[in-house]
Amino acid sequence: MANITFVEHDGTEHTVDIEEGKSLMQVAMDNGVPGIDADCGGECACGTCHVIVDDRWIKATGAVSEEEQQMLDMTPEKEVTSRLSCSVNLSSEMDGMVVRLPEFQM
Amino acid sequence: MARRIKSPTPIYSVKDMLNEQSINKILVPVVNKSSAVVPFHLQIKGMHIFQKAKNKILPMLAEKPQFVETDIPEAHQVALEDIDVSNPFMFRQNKWHSYFKRLRDECPVHFQPNSPFGPFWSVTRFEDIVFVDKHHDLFSAEPAIVIGRTPDGLPGETFIAMDPPKHDVQRQAVQGVVAPKNLKEMETLIRQHVCDILDGLPTGQTIDWVERVSMELTARMLATIFDFPFEDRHKLIEWSDKATNSPEMAGGTGTVDEVFNAALEAAKAFAVLWHEKAARKKAGEELGFDLISLLLSNKDTEDMIKRSMEFIGNLSLLIVGGNDTTRNSITGGVLALNEFPEEFTKLKANPKLIPNMVSEIIRWQTPLAYMRRIAKQDVELNGQTIKKGDKVVMWYVSGNRDERKIEQPDAFIIDRKNARNHLSFGFGIHRCMGNRLAEMQLRVLWEELLVRFDGIDVVGEPEYVQSNFVKGYAKMMVTLTAKDSSQ
Repeated sequence: MANITFVEHDGTEHTVDIEEGKSLMQVAMDNGVPGIDADCGGECACGTCHVIVDDRWIKATGAVSEEEQQMLDMTPEKEVTSRLSCSVNLSSEMDGMVVRLPEFQM
Repeated sequence: MARRIKSPTPIYSVKDMLNEQSINKILVPVVNKSSAVVPFHLQIKGMHIFQKAKNKILPMLAEKPQFVETDIPEAHQVALEDIDVSNPFMFRQNKWHSYFKRLRDECPVHFQPNSPFGPFWSVTRFEDIVFVDKHHDLFSAEPAIVIGRTPDGLPGETFIAMDPPKHDVQRQAVQGVVAPKNLKEMETLIRQHVCDILDGLPTGQTIDWVERVSMELTARMLATIFDFPFEDRHKLIEWSDKATNSPEMAGGTGTVDEVFNAALEAAKAFAVLWHEKAARKKAGEELGFDLISLLLSNKDTEDMIKRSMEFIGNLSLLIVGGNDTTRNSITGGVLALNEFPEEFTKLKANPKLIPNMVSEIIRWQTPLAYMRRIAKQDVELNGQTIKKGDKVVMWYVSGNRDERKIEQPDAFIIDRKNARNHLSFGFGIHRCMGNRLAEMQLRVLWEELLVRFDGIDVVGEPEYVQSNFVKGYAKMMVTLTAKDSSQ
């Protein structure tokens, strides 16, 4: 089965199955991946489901909306391949994708 | 209703000719421009004199609501169209539950045309509030986020009441002060302060929790953030309280003169602090992680002192933002555990619940009741048409008790699932910048409380603040019981 790997700030890895149509945030929450807060529950309105996507996979995650960009700009931990995981919809093409979690969600 | 409006006869024709906003529009840029040459506490003084003169010429601008407390009737006794949740005694008389429940059930987007603060819409359901908060393209945060208005001539320029793109630049310049690496350093300092405060508390006698703990801890935290002289820390609290207490803003008990005088004192003190730090920077000293050092290290803000309205606006935002909110959550948490004693038992048995409880405290208390917006165009919301230019109030305090979103919303449940999904920090680009600092402070406080005390019993009823904005406590008497050290 297709899967993705979340890497916590301390290096702990969590590999979870991809469920197509769900968001990256949702599968993290469903599988109890620590380090994602998702305070707004997936509205792209709080910035607390921040992940940093591995360079090789950033294209596969699709475009960043203006709304998402604005929320990302509010975190001092933002990197070039930062995304809000609630705004990344999973597909089987993301099989093997690796995303890192920041030290803190803001 | 519990208010009486004292107002001189309005002279509308003159008001139309010499519109207040147009005066301020002309004045504010002039003040900012002149600030390079005139020390800005003198400018604030000038504004104060100007404002007094303006009120003499145009008495209707001096029209200030005055609030006299009377008993608020039960929510079901009032006609729906007459409901006015801007009444600053709603919280004190504990009537807000039933009024907001009625609005959520019967008229979730509600128009009140005749409040002392002018006409306004109330948005009361969780989902609708998220919609308004997210859509800064439809709803502007300018020029103020309280129901009423800031005193004439002292608008202050602060990013909480700015739209993009200006908002984004200003916020990014200061948000580093609450960045994770700073929080780590601050946690050690905050824990030292917490221990110091708690170790000084007597057991077995009645003390005012607000004064001894909530205000003291908040003052020390603010002094830390600003690297403000520790012995003068209570000044920060005093300025902040005065800045938000003017009646025309949110129904408080203060006066416009007090707002100006507080601004004047704060401006002077912070200018001194700024120049000291600037001199140290010039001498090649490494700057600390306090706010002013941070502003001085950023090229967008290193000369903010030359833009007086922006300087005073941003500093007051951070003082006010860290004052009422944390203070009233510190008090609210104790009150909640007294109203729901089985939760205190649960907490003592399992201190690992503290972080989750902190979110639940912040939801249950909702220390700031709302944020206000102005519609930038006509917007349909839950069956109502909000017209361009209308005032829209997002009542977080109501959304946080919305039965449609939160199970048993009036109950305080420290192990509540999804406790983080509350509205108290707001959503979207204006989301609270200090949220992690606030959570950390409350977590540290509760960690240290649990190792020292077995009981924190509220004695009598707390005294509430008069305001429709700050949902807070003026006084709350408690008796502490020490933890049995043999356990």
